[in-house]
Amino acid sequence: MMTTPLLSLQGLTKEYPGVVANSDVTFDIGEGEVHALLGENGAGKSTLVKMIYGLVRPNAGTMRWRGEAYEPHAPAQARASGVAMVFQHFSLFDAMDVAENVALGMDNPPPIRELAAKITEVSNNYGLPLDPDRMVGDLSAGERQRVEIIRCLLQDPQLLIMDEPTSVLTPQEVDILFRTLRQLRAEGKSILYISHKLEEIRALCENATVLRLGKVVGKADPRQESARSLAEMMVGQVLHQPSREAAAPGKTLLEVTNLSLPPQSAFGTSLKEINITVRAGEILGIGGVAGNGQDELLGALSGEMRSAREAVRMAGEPVGHIGPTARRALGLLCAPEERLGHAAAPDMSLSENALLTGAYRERLVKRGFVNWGKTRKFAERVIETFDVRTPGAHVAARALSGGNLQKFVIGREIMQRPSVLVVNQPTWGVDASAAAAIRQALLDLAAAGAAVVVISQDLDEILEVADSFAALNAGRLSAPRPVQGLTMDQIGLLLGGAEGDSDAAA
Amino acid sequence: MDLSSINPVVLIASLMVAATPILLAAIGELVVEKSGVLNLGVEGMMIVGAVSGFAIAVTTQNPYLGMLAAIVAGALVALIFAALTQLLMANQVASGLALTLFGLGFSALVGQNYVGIVPPRTPKLDFGPLTDLPVVGRIIFGHDILVYISLLIVAATWFWLNKTQGGRVLRAVGENHDSAHALGYKVTRVRILAIMFGGACAGLGGAYLSLVRVPSWTEGMTAGAGWIALALVVFASWRPWRVLAGAYLFGGIMVLQLNLQAAGFRIPVEYLSMSPYLITIVVLVIMSSSRGRRSMAAPGSLGRSFHAAG
Amino acid sequence: MLRLEKRPNPSQFWNYATPVVAVLLTMVAGGILFWVLGKNPFEAIKLIFWDPLFSEQFAAYSRPQLLIKAGPLILIAVGLAIGFRAGIWNIGAEGQYIIGALCAAQMALWFYPAELWIVFPLMILAGAFGGWLWAMIPAVLKTRFNTNEILVSLLLVYVAEKILAAAATGFMRNPEGSGFPGSRNIFNYSAASNQELIANSGLHWGVVAAFIAVIFAYVLLHRHLLGFHVQLAGQAPRAAKFAGVAPARLVLLCLGISGLMAGLAGMFEVAGPARLITIDFNSGYGFTAIIVAFLGRLHPIGIVLAGLLLALTYIGGELAQFMLNLPSAAIQVFQGMLLFFLLALDVLSNYRLRLMRPAPVTAPAPKPSTESV
Repeated sequence: MMTTPLLSLQGLTKEYPGVVANSDVTFDIGEGEVHALLGENGAGKSTLVKMIYGLVRPNAGTMRWRGEAYEPHAPAQARASGVAMVFQHFSLFDAMDVAENVALGMDNPPPIRELAAKITEVSNNYGLPLDPDRMVGDLSAGERQRVEIIRCLLQDPQLLIMDEPTSVLTPQEVDILFRTLRQLRAEGKSILYISHKLEEIRALCENATVLRLGKVVGKADPRQESARSLAEMMVGQVLHQPSREAAAPGKTLLEVTNLSLPPQSAFGTSLKEINITVRAGEILGIGGVAGNGQDELLGALSGEMRSAREAVRMAGEPVGHIGPTARRALGLLCAPEERLGHAAAPDMSLSENALLTGAYRERLVKRGFVNWGKTRKFAERVIETFDVRTPGAHVAARALSGGNLQKFVIGREIMQRPSVLVVNQPTWGVDASAAAAIRQALLDLAAAGAAVVVISQDLDEILEVADSFAALNAGRLSAPRPVQGLTMDQIGLLLGGAEGDSDAAA
Repeated sequence: MDLSSINPVVLIASLMVAATPILLAAIGELVVEKSGVLNLGVEGMMIVGAVSGFAIAVTTQNPYLGMLAAIVAGALVALIFAALTQLLMANQVASGLALTLFGLGFSALVGQNYVGIVPPRTPKLDFGPLTDLPVVGRIIFGHDILVYISLLIVAATWFWLNKTQGGRVLRAVGENHDSAHALGYKVTRVRILAIMFGGACAGLGGAYLSLVRVPSWTEGMTAGAGWIALALVVFASWRPWRVLAGAYLFGGIMVLQLNLQAAGFRIPVEYLSMSPYLITIVVLVIMSSSRGRRSMAAPGSLGRSFHAAG
Repeated sequence: MLRLEKRPNPSQFWNYATPVVAVLLTMVAGGILFWVLGKNPFEAIKLIFWDPLFSEQFAAYSRPQLLIKAGPLILIAVGLAIGFRAGIWNIGAEGQYIIGALCAAQMALWFYPAELWIVFPLMILAGAFGGWLWAMIPAVLKTRFNTNEILVSLLLVYVAEKILAAAATGFMRNPEGSGFPGSRNIFNYSAASNQELIANSGLHWGVVAAFIAVIFAYVLLHRHLLGFHVQLAGQAPRAAKFAGVAPARLVLLCLGISGLMAGLAGMFEVAGPARLITIDFNSGYGFTAIIVAFLGRLHPIGIVLAGLLLALTYIGGELAQFMLNLPSAAIQVFQGMLLFFLLALDVLSNYRLRLMRPAPVTAPAPKPSTESV
C-alpha cells in the first residue's frame, strides 16, 4: 500500500463465554473507499463494527486510525475520531422529534433551533429531505433511516458504518440511498457497508471482506466477482435450493374481505380494506417494508385482534369475531415474526412452548388438565422432525439460536396439520441452511394441500416460494399478481404504494 | 354544622402547605419514571425522610438541618432500590414494595423515642409589606421557604428535562434504553442518579410532613401520601406543571375535608377522611381511560430492566 | 470487576437455594441490627427462631400460635402468588382482608343470638364475597379503563381501614359494650365461632382452608391449562395473547381469587383469634403475605414454608419484645430486610456472576502499550 489506510484492523478477536464472535480479523479501509463487509447472519459482522464503534472492546488485536493507535472505549470517543454509525435496528426514540433525536446522537449539540435549521439544510443537500419537528414515531422506516444518516453526517465523519441499511427500504429508496452514498464517497469519505445482499455490494463497493463464523474467509473486488462466487465464499457450502411440485390449486381456504382495523398503539399502523384470497395448495407472498402493517395483519388473521365477523373467512366460515383458540380449532394457524416473546415465551421450556399453541389441536389437554407427558412427546416430535439443535425439550426457548428456535416455532405449527398457515418473516435472522429448510417445509405444506400466506420483507424469499405476490403499504394491500414474470421494478412500485391495477389484469 | 367557619383565604393558603409533601414526592418520582424506572417505594422513602428529618431537627434544634438529613436519608434508601433493580436486575414492583415495607418498619424503630416531642418551628418567610397585603399576602407571601423551594424544583425540573441535553438523555433512556445504550449513554448510571433524586425529593417531602405540616412524629404518619404521589404522576401524564396542578388540587381536597370535619359536617369523620383516596382513584380512572394520549406520554421503557449484553 | 452474565437456562439450584440463603443473611443483618439496638444478637435470634418452638418455658404457648399466625399468611399469600405469577399486582390484600372480616362479622351479627348451624357457613360465604368484591374494584377498573391495579388496590386499603374504623365506632358497635369501640364478641357466639379443632394445636378452620387453598393452587398452577396461561401471561404477555389468553379475564380471575382468599382469611380471623371487630383489627397480614409469597418463590409448597417462617418471626418477635424489650418495629425491619435479601439474591437464578479482568473503562487517553492481549 502506498498510502496509509484510514482504518486498519489487525488480528481483532472477541470472545464471549462459549462463543468466539470474531477471531483474528484483519483488513484495511482506505480513504474514500466503500468497503463491503459480507457475511451471513451470525458471521460476526455486528460484533466487529461494535468494536470499531467502541461499544465492545476486543480481547485481542489492534486498530489503527490513519496510522495512529485507535482504541475507542466508548462511542463518544469513536465519534470524536470521525467514526459514525447507522444502526440496523435504529437507535431512535419514538416519542421525541427528529431534532431531539439528532441531538442525542451528538456529543455537543447546538441549541435545538439552530440544529433544526441545520438538519433541514444538510438533509436537502444529500437528497434525503427531513422535517426536524416531526415525531420520529410517525415516520416510515425509510424516513427513520434518514434521521440516523443525517445524525451521522452532521458530525462530519470520515468513516460511516452502515449495518444492513437496505433491509427496510423499497428498491426505489435503495436507489436514493446509493446516490447519497456515492456523493459521500466523492467527497472523500469512507464507508463500511455491511450486508448479505450481494447485488447491492456489487453495485456499490470496490472492496469486500467476507466473514464466516467470525473469521475472514476471503477478500475480493466485488465488481470482478459473480454473485454466485461471493455467495459461496459467504456460505461455505453449496446451498440446497428449495424444490416444489406444482399442485393444482384447490378450493378457497382463506378469504379476507374489506378488513379494516384501527391502530393498536400510539405509533401503530391501521389496516385499510384488506382483501386476500388463498386457495388450497397456494402460497401467497406479502411483501412490504417493515412497519407497514405486517404485525397487525398477522394479528388480525391469528385472532389476537378481532374484526368484523365476515371480514375473515376460513373455508367459507366467518371467523373474524373469534379468538386464536377457536381459529386454531378450525385449522387456521400462525407463526408471528417476533420469536422471543410473541411466538414463544423465552423463559419457558420447549415443552411448555409446544403447549402454547398445541394445547387443543394436539389434545395435550383433557378437561383443562395438561398431560405433560404427551406435551413433551409432541415437543420432541417437532424437535426431531425439524432438526432443531437442542439438548432436549426441557431447554428454555431463549437458550436456542435464532434459526433453531424459528425451526421449532414453524415446525410446531406445521406439525399440527394446518389448513391455513400464516407466517411473518419466517427466516429473519436465521442462518442459510435453516432458512432453506423452513422454506422447503412451507412448500411441502402447500403441496400437501394447505393454503399458506408468507409475509416477508425479503423479496428474494417471496419470489422463491410464493405463487402470487401482493404488497403491503401503509396498511393497504395491493391486488395480488402471479409471481412468474414479475420484475423487481414492478415489485418496487407496488411496495411504494403505486397500485397500477390496470396492468394487473393483463 | 357551620360552613361559615371555613375561611377561603386560609383554605387556599393551607392547601399549599398540605400539597407540598406530595408535590415534592411526585416531582421526584416523575423524574424517576421519565428515566424508565417505576419506584413504588415512594411511601417508604417519604416516611424515612419524615423520621430522619424529625430526629435530626429535634437533636440539632434546627429544622433546616433536619430537612437536609431527610434529603440524604431519602437518597440513601433509594440507593437500596437502585442497587436491587439496576445492578441486580430485581423486579421493580417487588423492590418498590420491599422499600415501602422496610421504610415503615425502619421509621417506626427510629421514631419510637420521638413520639410526642414538638419539633423546632420552621419560620414563615416575611416579605414585609407584601405579606401584609390583603388576601394575596396571606396566600402567596405567607409561607415557609420549603413551599417556594418546591415550586422552584418543579420549574427547574421542567426546564432541565425539556431544554437541556442532560434532560434529553434522561428522557431518551426512559423512552428506549436499548437505543440509548447503542448511542453510548450509560443507562444504568442515569437511572441510579434519577432514583436517588427521587429519593431525595420524597425524603424532603416526608420531612415537610413531620416538621411543618403536622408537626410531630407518629408511626405511619405518611398515611398513603406516597401512593397518592405515585398516582399524581399518572394524573399529570408525566408533565411537571401538571404535577403541580394535581398536587394543589389534592391539597385542596385534603384541606377542605379537614375543614368540613372541623365544621361538624354531618357525614361521619371516617367517610370524609377516605375522600382523598377515593378521589385519587376516580382521577386515575379518568386519566387512564383516555388511552391515546397516555400511551404517548408514558415513557416507553417504564418498568423494564436493562441488562447490557457484552 | 464483577459482571453479570445471563444464563441460557434459569438455575434450578439457585431457585431453591436463594430463600434459604436470604433467611441466613437476614439473620446476620438482623443480629447486627439487634446489636446496634443494644441487645445480645445471639440471644435475640435464638428467642425469635428457636425458643418459640423448642424452649420448655415458651413452647407450650407459642407452638399453637404458629398455625394461628401462619394460617392467614398462607391463605392470603397463595392467592397473591397466582396473581403475581401472571404479572397482576394485587397489593391491597390488607383491604380485602378487612372487608371480608367486616362482611362475615355483619352476617354473624344479623343472626345473633340464634344458634343455627347455617351461620358459620354463611359467614364463610360472606367473608369470601366481601374480599372478592373489594378486589373486583381494581379488577374492573383495570379491565374497563386500564387503570393501574397496584395503585387502586393499595389506595383501597386506606378506604377499608376507614370503613373498619366507622364500623368499630359506629354501625357495628356492641350495643352492650358500654360505649367502647368494637363489635360484639363473635368468638363467644358459638354458632359463629371459629374454634380450635384440636386443643392446643392452633388448628382452626382457617388453617384447614389455607391448606385446601395450597392444594388448589398447586393443581391449578402445575396441572391445569389455566395455570399455564397465568404463568405465560406473566412472562410473555404477547405470547399469552397469541396463545388465546384473554388478558381481561385473567385479571378478573387472579384478582378475584386473591381477594376471595384474603376475605376468607379475614373471616376466620374475626371469628377466631381476633374474636371481634376493633379499630386495629388488621395487623398487617395482607402486607406480610406479599413477603411470604415472594419468599415461597410464588410456589404453593414454598409458601407453606415461608408462611410458617414469617409466623415464627411474629411470635418470636413478641417474645423478644417481652424478654429483651426489643421494639416491635424491629421485627418489621427484619421482615423488610428479608425481602431485600431475597430480591437481591434472585439475580443468581437468572444470571451468573463472573469475575472480569478490570478493564480501564474510565481511563482517559489509553496508550497503545496498555493493550489487553
